[in-house]
Amino acid sequence: MTAPATRGPALHLVLGEEELLVERAVRAALDAARRTDPSADLTRVRVSELTPPMLAELVSPSLFSEGRVVVVEAAQEASQEIADAILSYVADPADGVVLVVVHTGGGRSKAAKGLPAALRKAGAEVTECPKITKPAERESFVRNEVRRAGGRIDAAGVVALVDSVGTDLRELSSAAAQLVADSGGTVDEEAVRRYHRGRADVSGFAVAEKAVAGDRAAALETVRWAQQIGVPHVLVADALADAVRTIARVAAAGRGNPNQLAGELGMPPWKIRKAQGQVRGWSTAGLAEAMRVAARVNADVKGAAADADYAVERAVLDIIAARERR
Amino acid sequence: MSAGGAVTNAAVREKPRVGAVWSQVVGQEPAVEVLAAAAESAAALVAGETTDSGAMTHAWLFTGPPGSGRSVAARTFAAALQCERGDGCGECGGCRTGLAGTHADVRLVVPEGLSISVAEMRSLVQVAARRPTTGNWQVVIIEDADRLTEGASNALLKAVEEPPARTVFLLCAPSDHPEDVSVTIRSRCRLVNLRTPPADAIARVLADRDGVEPTLAGWAASVCGGHVGRARRLATDEDARKRREAVLRIPLGLRRPADVFACADELIRTAEADATEESKARDESEQDALRTAMGSGGTGKGVAAAKRAAEAAVKQLEKRQKSRATRTQRDTLDLALVDLAGFYRDVLVTACGSNASLNHPDHAAQSAEAARQWTPESTLRRLEAVLECREAIGLNVKPRIAVEAMVTTLREG
Repeated sequence: MTAPATRGPALHLVLGEEELLVERAVRAALDAARRTDPSADLTRVRVSELTPPMLAELVSPSLFSEGRVVVVEAAQEASQEIADAILSYVADPADGVVLVVVHTGGGRSKAAKGLPAALRKAGAEVTECPKITKPAERESFVRNEVRRAGGRIDAAGVVALVDSVGTDLRELSSAAAQLVADSGGTVDEEAVRRYHRGRADVSGFAVAEKAVAGDRAAALETVRWAQQIGVPHVLVADALADAVRTIARVAAAGRGNPNQLAGELGMPPWKIRKAQGQVRGWSTAGLAEAMRVAARVNADVKGAAADADYAVERAVLDIIAARERR
Repeated sequence: MSAGGAVTNAAVREKPRVGAVWSQVVGQEPAVEVLAAAAESAAALVAGETTDSGAMTHAWLFTGPPGSGRSVAARTFAAALQCERGDGCGECGGCRTGLAGTHADVRLVVPEGLSISVAEMRSLVQVAARRPTTGNWQVVIIEDADRLTEGASNALLKAVEEPPARTVFLLCAPSDHPEDVSVTIRSRCRLVNLRTPPADAIARVLADRDGVEPTLAGWAASVCGGHVGRARRLATDEDARKRREAVLRIPLGLRRPADVFACADELIRTAEADATEESKARDESEQDALRTAMGSGGTGKGVAAAKRAAEAAVKQLEKRQKSRATRTQRDTLDLALVDLAGFYRDVLVTACGSNASLNHPDHAAQSAEAARQWTPESTLRRLEAVLECREAIGLNVKPRIAVEAMVTTLREG
């Protein structure tokens, strides 16, 4: 049995929770294996359904030594038994078999938690797929997607695409590929707008931020978007209340270093810093009025008002009116 | 209500012998007279005599301001009905167990959560259809009948309308207005309206029954706003006194803008602390008891199935416990709000130069000071804010949001 010289690594560890990226990593491992042996066979199995004898069977070399890719999914649920079985195989791997272990990085039992470190030590090829949460990461993901599809995108285009498609990576990825195909390579804001309208993600906080900034048109627009995509009224009302009371508390505390105020007010420094910027437009009487509006809308969205949509909209208008009160 | 009128007349004509058990009911002489007459008539009915005084009926609705002793009155009436001597002697087994709520034929519904559910009422209706086992009457007491959901009160309707011969319904609702209870229920009950008990009656009962030192009892009775239970708490619990002081410091303590949040925070924190304290004391042990009852820790066949059932039951229990914690939190907050409202009322009373008795006579100096500083209009606005806050919390508004909005208005006036 002679292994081909170009064979990729026989052990992969895919670490992280971002499904799309995990899927891609698995696919990449499979592709690498198929490059050396086009008939390589793919077997996917969840670790919770796997028993040590089953694993032994899966990873034992076959008579005709055809290639084999075994994907062990959800390895964070591994029991001690299975973890031991995997590690003992890794210590003595079979030829022509590629083992891909998919692990979220978490895990309950000690054996499951320790698995990634042990596999790393055994020389596994590690692909990190952490969840993408920060806007900047998401934007760079979009840029990479467009590049993969063979196109280019400008900054405004990226923002427009994320705004209108949302945060789901699969959707972003397929939208990016589609746009590159449709626009002939160069994607800009106009191209995005031609195919995508509306906003996919409007949170209560976005509404609240516009409202306390006194931007009437933008606030009303965001409220309507939030209603369109079905953000629960209670969340919008809570966000409004939170924004108003944050400003009121920071205003009451007076000027000061956000880092020092943080402990006193029980808020993170960035929130205080932001509120200190927003405080400028507000008078004390206006803030008091806005707090009453916030309390009222909180009752309204919980059944006191006949129409919660109207109640939220009116509250936004009233908060802006309170801000303009001098 | 014509039937009610007849009763009062009968009671006036031949004054019933009022048994010892009625001493539990504080400062409610008119109501006690009616109820004692009914109990006497009920005893005659049980003995098989034909009395047509009409003093007894099958459903009663006890209303009165909070703390006036509705549930005590209902329990006492139940005890008098179950009395073995027939006059509410206060000494026989029937009287004692009836008062303690342990009598086999007295069914108590005391909601600990936020509302009384339909399911609970349906099972209650079945119980109510039975004949009394050891006692004279099958008595069903529903404390806080205002917490019946709409469905629950409908389920109750038929039973209250035409109960079996020996079943009596006693409903209690905290209100000065019987109209707070739905008209369908109300029209089927005879009304017993309890008044705010006079302060000297409360002081007397505190001194006699709870052995509180007379000056303290007098003070507690004068500041409790006619709430007997609150008076007892204030007289016996140092923490309750401290808390009341803290609340009454709020109106004149709102100088800097930051005070608003400090005060609101304190109000909320005390309420939350109360709720967690109670949860800590009870939740864990209740869950353990339930798990034990469901066979936790067993081995052998069928353990897995039993465990699943136990988990479901525990989940349900947790839900009830959460509802109870919310209620504790709201109740604590409500006490504070009522104290606050009383203070602003005192300010108005002082400002008008009326000599009506104050809610917080021990804070007369502060309310006089406030009456000098504020216009009656602004005092009224503050009072309104307190009442609105109570209402908002009833409507499920987040306590912190409601309280902060209120305290902001209190500072602003």
